[in-house]
Amino acid sequence: MILLRPHVLARLQSSGTGPDTDGATLEPPPAGGHLPSIATSKLLRTSRDAALRTPGLRWTDEDPSGPTRELVGGRETRKMNLYQAVRDAMSHAMMKDDTAVVFGEDVAFGGVFRCTMGLAEEFGQERVFNTPLTEQGIAGFGIGMAAMGHTAIAEIQFADYIFPAFDQIVNEAAKIRYRSGNQFNVGGLTIRTPTMSVGHGGLYHSQSPEGFFLGASGIKIVIPRSPIQAKGLLLAAIRDPNPVIFMEPKILYRSAIEQVPNDDYELPISKAETLIHGSDVTLLSWGTPIYHCETALSMLSSPPPSLANLVPESLRRARVELIDLRTIIPWDVETITESVNRTGRLVIVHEAGPRGSVGAEISAEIQKRCFLKLNAPVKLIAGWDTPVALQFEKFYTPDAIRILDGIMDTLSY
Amino acid sequence: MSVLARLRAPSLRRAAFAPFTRALQTSADSTQLQESVDHEKPFTVRLHEDSFRSYQCESPSLDVEVTKDGLLDMYKKMTTMRRMEMAADALYKAKLIRGFCHLAIGQEAVSVGLESAITPEDLVITAYRCHPFAVLRGGTIAGVIGELLGRQNGMSHGKGGSMHIFTPRFFGGNGIVGAQVPVGAGLAFAQKYMEKRTATFAMYGDGASNQGQVFEAFNMAKLWNLPCVFVCENNKYGMGTSAERSSSNTEYFTRGDKIPGIQANGMDIIAVHQAVKYAKEWAAEGNGPLLLEFVTYRYGGHSMSDPGTTYRTREEIQRMRSTQDPIRGIQHYIEQWGLASQDELKQLDKDAKAEVDKAVEEAKASPEPFVKDLWTDIYYKGTEPSSMRGRERDEVHHY
Repeated sequence: MILLRPHVLARLQSSGTGPDTDGATLEPPPAGGHLPSIATSKLLRTSRDAALRTPGLRWTDEDPSGPTRELVGGRETRKMNLYQAVRDAMSHAMMKDDTAVVFGEDVAFGGVFRCTMGLAEEFGQERVFNTPLTEQGIAGFGIGMAAMGHTAIAEIQFADYIFPAFDQIVNEAAKIRYRSGNQFNVGGLTIRTPTMSVGHGGLYHSQSPEGFFLGASGIKIVIPRSPIQAKGLLLAAIRDPNPVIFMEPKILYRSAIEQVPNDDYELPISKAETLIHGSDVTLLSWGTPIYHCETALSMLSSPPPSLANLVPESLRRARVELIDLRTIIPWDVETITESVNRTGRLVIVHEAGPRGSVGAEISAEIQKRCFLKLNAPVKLIAGWDTPVALQFEKFYTPDAIRILDGIMDTLSY
Repeated sequence: MSVLARLRAPSLRRAAFAPFTRALQTSADSTQLQESVDHEKPFTVRLHEDSFRSYQCESPSLDVEVTKDGLLDMYKKMTTMRRMEMAADALYKAKLIRGFCHLAIGQEAVSVGLESAITPEDLVITAYRCHPFAVLRGGTIAGVIGELLGRQNGMSHGKGGSMHIFTPRFFGGNGIVGAQVPVGAGLAFAQKYMEKRTATFAMYGDGASNQGQVFEAFNMAKLWNLPCVFVCENNKYGMGTSAERSSSNTEYFTRGDKIPGIQANGMDIIAVHQAVKYAKEWAAEGNGPLLLEFVTYRYGGHSMSDPGTTYRTREEIQRMRSTQDPIRGIQHYIEQWGLASQDELKQLDKDAKAEVDKAVEEAKASPEPFVKDLWTDIYYKGTEPSSMRGRERDEVHHY
């Protein structure tokens, strides 16, 4: 009954030409991988109606004290990918706030990921400008501006480059409110930075550094999974009265496409979102791996022929609860605790390596809070404790097979 | 070590062939009266001709207009600041102040002189040697001492400590060496953005001047022509390392590449005042950033745990104290020019001591911060996580 990872991996990694231990042969996996991909994901809201019914969405032009209105009426949406949604959010932020400026390496030309395309033409070179290659300078400069009450939207070109700015973020931005007895704060500071693997980024373009900031109380970290989420969460991050690091999964910039509401709206920070309700195991992730989780769930419920003999019938009907954490620091303890108390099992998936990671922190907290309700140890499916090596990037990032294996392992513990 | 010595020797020889440049002099009392003293109206004095050196710009004028009241006010503030630092020293030695504490005794001319030449709309940000600035920029002595003691009346409510004291016009002491310099560039950017005729004075020491981010800030400030004056307080030692041993170029005012610089005598407060006035005008008129180096001296160690005598001789400290003390310098001017009698100055000394003593008592009487404040001011009120861990397992704070 217990399925161990080596079995599954060994079979999938074999070329499929030789007979396996059961005597059956495995087909080689299809070129595009198995089953649903980001392009066909059901988690993406590709119709206007679905987009306007995004849970937790709050229109900023509506008076929150008035009666709740029918949200759908009179609102328009536009097809956008994630980088266009990020750009749209910054445009709204700058339109409403005269003190808002956008700066970073190459942002005046649109940025390496096109997130600031046309912003300089729209708002002028004084408000959208390039900085030298000085991450620490960018962060310090943004902190100074924000300390004066301005809205500073800084871009660090890759999350991998955030380490030179680590000191400014951890020692200045995170602590200034505390150490000045609330006389000063840098709530107006938002640092945007592309994160996670891209398939061929290697050591310095595919890291997920969110876990390094766990100890820096005073800042928040938000990671969106889709264009609608990116726009709503970024606008909320820019307006949040605390400094926020907004990490954008870079492979989703072009691949995740949704109908995104045109108007200015926000989505709640520090609130996880339950994407699929379930009762047997909680599957928690954020950013890119959310889509690998979706693929794994599809493999679990209706395995392709090549996997059919590895997925027991009894597990195929398991109801898995999929949760997008969205805000990494401070994370939504209540939602996860409530879910795990119901399901008794937790599988966490993230791209960063396991040691000292966000997953390690969450599993420690959940094992403490849900100890008597747990039916299996909390499972962490992560990268490895190695650098993200160029040739091995596909092996480094947790894919659908590893997630499937982890779910089955946890379900049958 | 011997390899190092061999490597250094030629560079020293080369220095001997360098074209002769006049050295800055740092005596505190070499300013001369130019006209008869007027007790009511401003009068002109002339600084020593070697009070300034410049790099890619004109030197400030040596003729300075001063007033009797202005000089007496400077004397009073410098004396009070020294008294405050001495009180902090005593409280530290009595183990009432714990942790880190950096005193600015000997450098009073810089803080008081800077404040005398700028307006409340100008901004100042500095490193850890920050106590005088905090008081001069709108704080109180009791607030500073209270902060050092970790009491509620401290200017950061006892949560910051020595290096972390702020006022609305003073962006604080900063504990990370050099980190305040790019923050200062950001402050200056906001000033420029708001089109104000004001300047930011971003201060750092000769030690911090070698931090990478200082150069990053220089570049950004010059690139965007920010009204930022980078002030290097060169007290000749970065912790226990002399400037010559840490910096390839010890002419700190020339280290801005395209940014012009001024080196000024940081022991004569009239020279400091004149240099800051020049720098303020420079930045406010849209000339962009300026480097301003004050050559000064700290009498004490780097921090309280440094006796300050292991890397320099006692004779050197004694010579500086007896010949170039900034307070003695201004005292000399006041007496020499007949602005006040010795008795009147003694009275000012007594007043300063009484003021500081009173503030110390007030700070000592203030309670320590409440335990609940351990969890406040981390996030904006109302946006915190629902709870946070305390010191022990069952100590959980719910917001």
